[in-house]
Amino acid sequence: MPSKIVRKRSLIPGQTSELVLDAPQIAAKAKPGNFVILRVCENGERIPLTIADTDKQAGTITIVYLVLGKTTAHLETLKEGDEIVDLCGPLGKDTDIHKMDGPVICVGGGTGIAAMHHIAKGHHMAGNRVITVIGARSKDLLLFYDELSKFADEVLVSTNDGSFGVQGMVTDLLKDRLESDTTVAEVVAVGPVPMMEAVARVTKPFGVKTTVSLNSIMVDGIGMCGACRVSVGGKTKFACVDGPEFDGQEVDFKELGSRLQAFKTMEQISYEEFKKSHVCTCSNK
Amino acid sequence: MCAHAPTNKKVGSKAPRTAMPEQDPRQRVRNFSEVTTGYTPEMALAEAQRCLQCKKPLCRKGCPVEIDIPGFIAPILEGDLDKAYKVLRDTNSLPAVCGRVCPQETQCEGACILGKKGEPVAIGRLERFVADTFMAKDACEEITGTQACTLEREDLKVACIGGGPSSLTVAGYLSALGIKVHVFEALHEVGGVLVYGIPEFRLPKAIVRREIDAMRALGVEFHTNWVGGKTITVDDLKAQGFNAIFIGVGAGLPKFLRVPGENLIGVFSANEYLTRVNLGRAYEFPKSDTPAYTGKNVVVFGAGNVAMDAARTAMRLGADKVSIAYRRTENEMPARLEELHHAKDEGLELLCLHAPIEFKGDEKGWLKSIVLQKMQLGEPDESGRCSPVACDGQFCEIPCDMAVIAVGTGSNPLIGQTTPGLELNKWGYIVVNEETGETSIPNVYAGGDIVTGAATVISAMGAGRRAAKEIAKRLLG
Ligand SMILES: Cc1cc2nc3c(=O)[nH]c(=O)nc-3n(C[C@H](O)[C@H](O)[C@H](O)COP(=O)(O)OP(=O)(O)OC[C@H]3O[C@@H](n4cnc5c(N)ncnc54)[C@H](O)[C@@H]3O)c2cc1C
Ligand SMILES: Cc1cc2nc3c(=O)[nH]c(=O)nc-3n(C[C@H](O)[C@H](O)[C@H](O)COP(=O)(O)OP(=O)(O)OC[C@H]3O[C@@H](n4cnc5c(N)ncnc54)[C@H](O)[C@@H]3O)c2cc1C
Ligand code: SF4
Ligand code: FES
Repeated sequence: MPSKIVRKRSLIPGQTSELVLDAPQIAAKAKPGNFVILRVCENGERIPLTIADTDKQAGTITIVYLVLGKTTAHLETLKEGDEIVDLCGPLGKDTDIHKMDGPVICVGGGTGIAAMHHIAKGHHMAGNRVITVIGARSKDLLLFYDELSKFADEVLVSTNDGSFGVQGMVTDLLKDRLESDTTVAEVVAVGPVPMMEAVARVTKPFGVKTTVSLNSIMVDGIGMCGACRVSVGGKTKFACVDGPEFDGQEVDFKELGSRLQAFKTMEQISYEEFKKSHVCTCSNK
Repeated sequence: MCAHAPTNKKVGSKAPRTAMPEQDPRQRVRNFSEVTTGYTPEMALAEAQRCLQCKKPLCRKGCPVEIDIPGFIAPILEGDLDKAYKVLRDTNSLPAVCGRVCPQETQCEGACILGKKGEPVAIGRLERFVADTFMAKDACEEITGTQACTLEREDLKVACIGGGPSSLTVAGYLSALGIKVHVFEALHEVGGVLVYGIPEFRLPKAIVRREIDAMRALGVEFHTNWVGGKTITVDDLKAQGFNAIFIGVGAGLPKFLRVPGENLIGVFSANEYLTRVNLGRAYEFPKSDTPAYTGKNVVVFGAGNVAMDAARTAMRLGADKVSIAYRRTENEMPARLEELHHAKDEGLELLCLHAPIEFKGDEKGWLKSIVLQKMQLGEPDESGRCSPVACDGQFCEIPCDMAVIAVGTGSNPLIGQTTPGLELNKWGYIVVNEETGETSIPNVYAGGDIVTGAATVISAMGAGRRAAKEIAKRLLG
């Protein structure tokens, strides 16, 4: 069904935005960990985006996207009140959230922070102590600091250039924490593949349960195409229905990383065409 | 042929079967337009004249929904195509689809008496002719004979989960009786395999859409992007007051070969490849946004309709060479004969008696070659077909930059996981009462591929019809 953009907020101008979409039936069902598949227009491609938040009362869901190629660039041209033609969800398994003895560390990188936000919030609602660790290249590129501060017991920040928080990587902060705190019950990581891989590498010696949310290429999102297949513990799993969350120690990140390159040339062609046809119509900046 | 064609042409049953006009193979491998172009009225008349109008028509027994075949052929002779269509429509709500994709050689035409000595009546082609002639008319009128449809029983409502042929049949049948039907489809388009699987060149999407519009005119409401078990569950539907629920979600879970290298870039399931091309219209890329991979050296594993569709799609998208790798021989291939012939005319190569052993790739994860093992035919197995037996130590490695796996599908677990009390068999298919289509949950029915495993359009429709009849009986008395 079509869905109207109720609110739009630019988080990092020209690069990352947040949309609040009118989708009562999805909002009613959505749980942390779920995602939607949308199509911006009639000729559009189906792309998955994580549900970053829901407001069941208002009947809305929130998504946060990074402009990467044609579809997200097109999405970025839409304004409040505009409609996207198709919105389907909630998809994927819910995050396994239950009361735990020790704190949960939720690590987010890039737009992954938005996805992590919903999961962290779920853990908070379940009564878990939540430590969030977020990172970006610099202060201006950091997402959701205020949102996370509202409920997280701690918000640890790292920036590559040291413009905010600690200079370095999220994995440095994570490692320090794991060394000083042996009660950590689980680590959740959402972000770029190399980041999730690095998190799994850091947590391994500590033996802490590590959950990652995989962003493999998807088509239908309901387990019918096999595009999203990933190797987990030597077995083939479908990220859309078996995941998107998996045990970080079991995931074949190298394969995931390479599979994300499958359509690279065509994606470039598509984006170039789009830029040509969209010279001046798009922005109201 | 010139205007003064020889007049001593055979007529009636003695005449040869009327050929189906089709696009030149060299031309059609470069487009997605329909391969066969359909009978002209003259051809249809000539073919209809071949039918003996048997008193005990064997053809009808061969049809899974027992279409009154002589009954729809006779009016063609009289030029009364309206009547022919009504007879067809009596038992088949998607004749334009069935006329194109049913495996007639093993069904009606396989049983036709004329086939014993010569060639059977081209029943499928006639069915298509009649249905297509009707396509031009008003959607509602064409089915009911009345222009505007009113729902007589607004108080009764039935939900169908999944929008494939089985659900469409339920919707068509019940809405014609004045019952409100809501169809909930997970994808953004209704039609099931007819829109996401079977390619445009074999079944134009416009035809499927037209049939769906006809149902919309009958009052059926279609809800796309609704995932049964996710956006809405069976329990939700019950709570919303639906009197009956039909589950027709198909069997779309792709099977893989479980050989090394299967997750390399360039190895696709037929479902992914065909969905990208059909539903995503990747053949219009970059006008449409969904990309499909274009391999140069393509190997397709499997030899059913799905494999043929994938292979012929790859040819149309610009592959230099497309082969079908199959463990048995051409004789055992399960694809429709017509599709196999069309594919061969288009340049498909057969790599029979070869089984996949390994996919090999480069250091970046892109498929480069495949290793195959030579096979030979052994004793017949339980399916009655000769079983493939590996020839010890005989392997070959061939270059290949794209592979499509079309070795069948399994049941999708989504509905099972979210419908407590729904009985499934050991393969995950829904267990039903064969006569009524009812599942282990009262007033919840199921039919089509999610009950039988991957089968045919007409068998899915037959199941839909059985369930719809039972629903109607209970609701209307
Ligand atoms: C479960 C899941 C949740 C996601 N959540 C978010 C999110 O909250 N915010 C966000 O910004 N991104 C998210 N992504 C990634 C997002 O889907 C891609 O960024 C998007 O598809 C890019 O589309 P595009 O046309 O703009 O770019 P393209 O030019 O098409 O692609 C750019 C890159 O995006 C990836 N990609 C392309 N197509 C797909 C596809 N159909 N499915 C998945 N990845 C694809 C590939 O790595 C590709 O190289 C998620 C992905 C998954 C699988
Ligand atoms: C490529 C290909 C070629 C084929 N060629 C032929 C042929 O030539 N002749 C022939 O007779 N048969 C052919 N078949 C088989 C035939 O298409 C199927 O047997 C038939 O479509 C089954 O109908 P169905 O209604 O059971 O399911 P489907 O057609 O599979 O439809 C099921 C629908 O349910 C939707 N769905 C799935 N899960 C959910 C959910 N949880 N909630 C909501 N919706 C859901 C799906 O998106 C789909 O639209 C072919 C199949 C394929 C894949
Ligand atoms: S069996 Fe053949 S000849 Fe006889 S009625 Fe059927 S189609 Fe006609
Ligand atoms: S996206 Fe198609 S199976 Fe997961």
